[in-house]
Amino acid sequence: MKKSNILSVVLAVVAIAAIIFGLVTNGKKADLQKQVDELTANVATLTGSLDAAKQEAADAVKNAEEEIAKIKEEAEKAIEEAKSALQPGEAAAAVMSHADYVAADLDTEVTVETFVQAKQSWWDNKATIYAQSEDGAYFIYNMAISEEDYAKLVPGTKIRVTGYKSEWSGEVEITDASFEILEGEAFIAEPFDVTDLLAKDELIDHQNELVSVKGVTVEAYDDTGAAFAYKNAENKTDDLYFKVSKDGQTYEFCVEFYLCGQDTDVYKAVEALNVGDVINLEGFLYWYNGANLQATALTKAE
Amino acid sequence: MMKMKKILALLLLAALCAALSGCHGSKESIAFAVPMEFDTSRSYEVTFWAKNDTNKTQTAIYSQAIAAFESLYPNIHVNMRLYTDYSRIYNDVITNIATGTTPNVCITYPDHIATYLMGDNVMAPLDELMVHPRYGLAGSEVRFDSPARDEVVPQFLEECRIGEHYYALPFMRSTEALYINKTFVEALGYTLPDVLTWDFVWEVSDAAMAKDANGNFRLNGQKTMIPFIYKSTDNMMIQMLRQLDAPYSTAEGEVRIFNDTTRSLLFTIRDHVQTGAFSTFKISSYPGNFLNAGQCVFAADSTAGATWMGPQAPNMDISADQVVDFELAVRPIPQFDPGHPVMISQGPSVCVFNKADPQEVLASWLFAQYLISNDVQIAYSETEGYVSVTRKAQQDSGYQDYLARSGEDNDAHYSVKIDAARLLMAHTGDTFVTPVFNGSASLRDAAGQLIEEVTKSIRRKIAVDSSYIDSLYDQINSLYRLDQIGGQAGGPAEAERELSPLPGTAVTLLAALAAAWALIGLYAIRNTLRARRRGK
Repeated sequence: MKKSNILSVVLAVVAIAAIIFGLVTNGKKADLQKQVDELTANVATLTGSLDAAKQEAADAVKNAEEEIAKIKEEAEKAIEEAKSALQPGEAAAAVMSHADYVAADLDTEVTVETFVQAKQSWWDNKATIYAQSEDGAYFIYNMAISEEDYAKLVPGTKIRVTGYKSEWSGEVEITDASFEILEGEAFIAEPFDVTDLLAKDELIDHQNELVSVKGVTVEAYDDTGAAFAYKNAENKTDDLYFKVSKDGQTYEFCVEFYLCGQDTDVYKAVEALNVGDVINLEGFLYWYNGANLQATALTKAE
Repeated sequence: MMKMKKILALLLLAALCAALSGCHGSKESIAFAVPMEFDTSRSYEVTFWAKNDTNKTQTAIYSQAIAAFESLYPNIHVNMRLYTDYSRIYNDVITNIATGTTPNVCITYPDHIATYLMGDNVMAPLDELMVHPRYGLAGSEVRFDSPARDEVVPQFLEECRIGEHYYALPFMRSTEALYINKTFVEALGYTLPDVLTWDFVWEVSDAAMAKDANGNFRLNGQKTMIPFIYKSTDNMMIQMLRQLDAPYSTAEGEVRIFNDTTRSLLFTIRDHVQTGAFSTFKISSYPGNFLNAGQCVFAADSTAGATWMGPQAPNMDISADQVVDFELAVRPIPQFDPGHPVMISQGPSVCVFNKADPQEVLASWLFAQYLISNDVQIAYSETEGYVSVTRKAQQDSGYQDYLARSGEDNDAHYSVKIDAARLLMAHTGDTFVTPVFNGSASLRDAAGQLIEEVTKSIRRKIAVDSSYIDSLYDQINSLYRLDQIGGQAGGPAEAERELSPLPGTAVTLLAALAAAWALIGLYAIRNTLRARRRGK
């Protein structure tokens, strides 16, 4: 077979393939255009129907809201009637006083009513809450909470918390907790001065409370002689550690980053400390193998 | 005539190419390709996310490494961001993948990389880089003494392979060890073997729970004693299952942990929580704190935590007046078969992220490679019970001298730290890693949580029986979304994709081509037969 004939045949094959491809593609295109036209017409029809449906739905929602409001009012009334029918104190039987909480064994279920004082950063549907009521304070570790509910827990918010009483490195806390926001007048604790209790066994009775410590002297944190240390010195995105002394005893305190970050006054105040400074502190009396105040405010003592 | 035919042929070919040019698939992100040459005329900013163990020396080593590297490569500037928590790095990387703002180099774990790989071309595969003659390991144009590929410990390098590619270099390696109050063990009438069995640990732990008439523990005269505390319960479960050759997961991500062996192990743990003999870090606190206070017999923790263990430990988290003096021994974690010890290999690796500019990726690779050079490896491994990932560093005379000086002081040459490092070097061949796939980090967390839940439940006087375990399996499966784990190892980039049917146009075209070639063949046969007849 001559080379020119072979070339002719190959060219013919290529041309046939291209023509068939073009025909099929154009055919498909025509079909698609037809489908588009049909769908456009359907959309116009449906838009009209949708508008009518929207109006119907709006009317239905309005009716439902009125119905719900009515039911809610009746339910609240029923609850109030039920509560008043109970003997005094019976409704709160499951809720413990702080003294009962302290007396409870570790690893037992506890239920307390208390008030949010502060909170650490929310992360992965959990947050750690500092809570206190008139009779005592609680540290609620990694409580399950949505980001939406977390925003509602402003200082003073009354909550009922159910969880397990636990202890970790001496810190007594409520773990695996669930909560409920309650109606009630807000309570914000005033700091309790524990300066004279620092070296005493009774200090632990004020664990987790908002406390003040006055006239303590800043000591060198480590061999470098620095007045404080960063947990993460490179990026300053973690805790600060510092030591103070009173009456010959030295205590290690900190700024908990998830409570008071690098933009807070107390964080900057610790960064500005010098060894020998005499300072006043406020914070939550956390415990880690001993008193480990988590400072929330710092001023120079006069 | 011939010339016309050729011109016609070319025109037809061009037309066909144009017709077919619209048949391309969906747009894909650009995979990394090693540039022909590193452009040293340009400057590069390399963002490096690292983790340290809240150890100032480790931070200083990173800083020194960066300074030394930048003096070798003045056109590369490394910006370090330090974390104290791997999970934070992981979460920040995940967040930044979506916005295309990942770092260039990152200290990470293979479990995490498996999730990063779910994005298209997020990571730079290191296969070609490692063997590149100019810029690869010990490459001709690398400006520092970099280890050759065969100088990296093979087991450690294999841990960085996910699917068919390497996506990280190992950085440091550790394992778990038992830090033992040998004084207590002998006081209880036992002799400490070289390799402990689980039965031995449980038996001694139970024996340590004996109290006197005043309610103090006889062993230490104190009110507190938790004989056996495990730091990382995920490792505990994973190692127990591996030692028993029991299912955990497949390489493809099929979860197998909810089995009868796991159930049996949980019942054993239950029994010893019941006696008070066992607890965990999450429930009670650092094993080292209890060990140093004479309130623990067996503290299971990483070899990278060795500087916190023992009465003379250079790092101490309890006050000096709480520390009790005792003889400390370091042993491998408990075994079911002491003749064939099995232990986990762990420790950070370093990965490189893909970027639009391949030169930037190459600059990042050079820095990542520098992290496994001797200067960095030896300095970092000496901060804790880590082991260097290269034989080059392990066999270095300076490092050998460091090992030989064990016990000379309680700081740089702290004996417990060096014993822990020696333990891993002696047992490198006995180490293993778990399969890496998208979700393997969740499965690991789930493994640990099984032990945590059983321990908490017993402490809370909740009965742990078969129905409890059934319920626990469901709860953990749901909590960690283990039923949604799966897919191929290495992520979708490595997966065999199920192909959808060919579109109709393609089928038609192929059929037309086949028919045309059939006609050509028939024509050729016809001509051949004709020619033969004429020849006769």
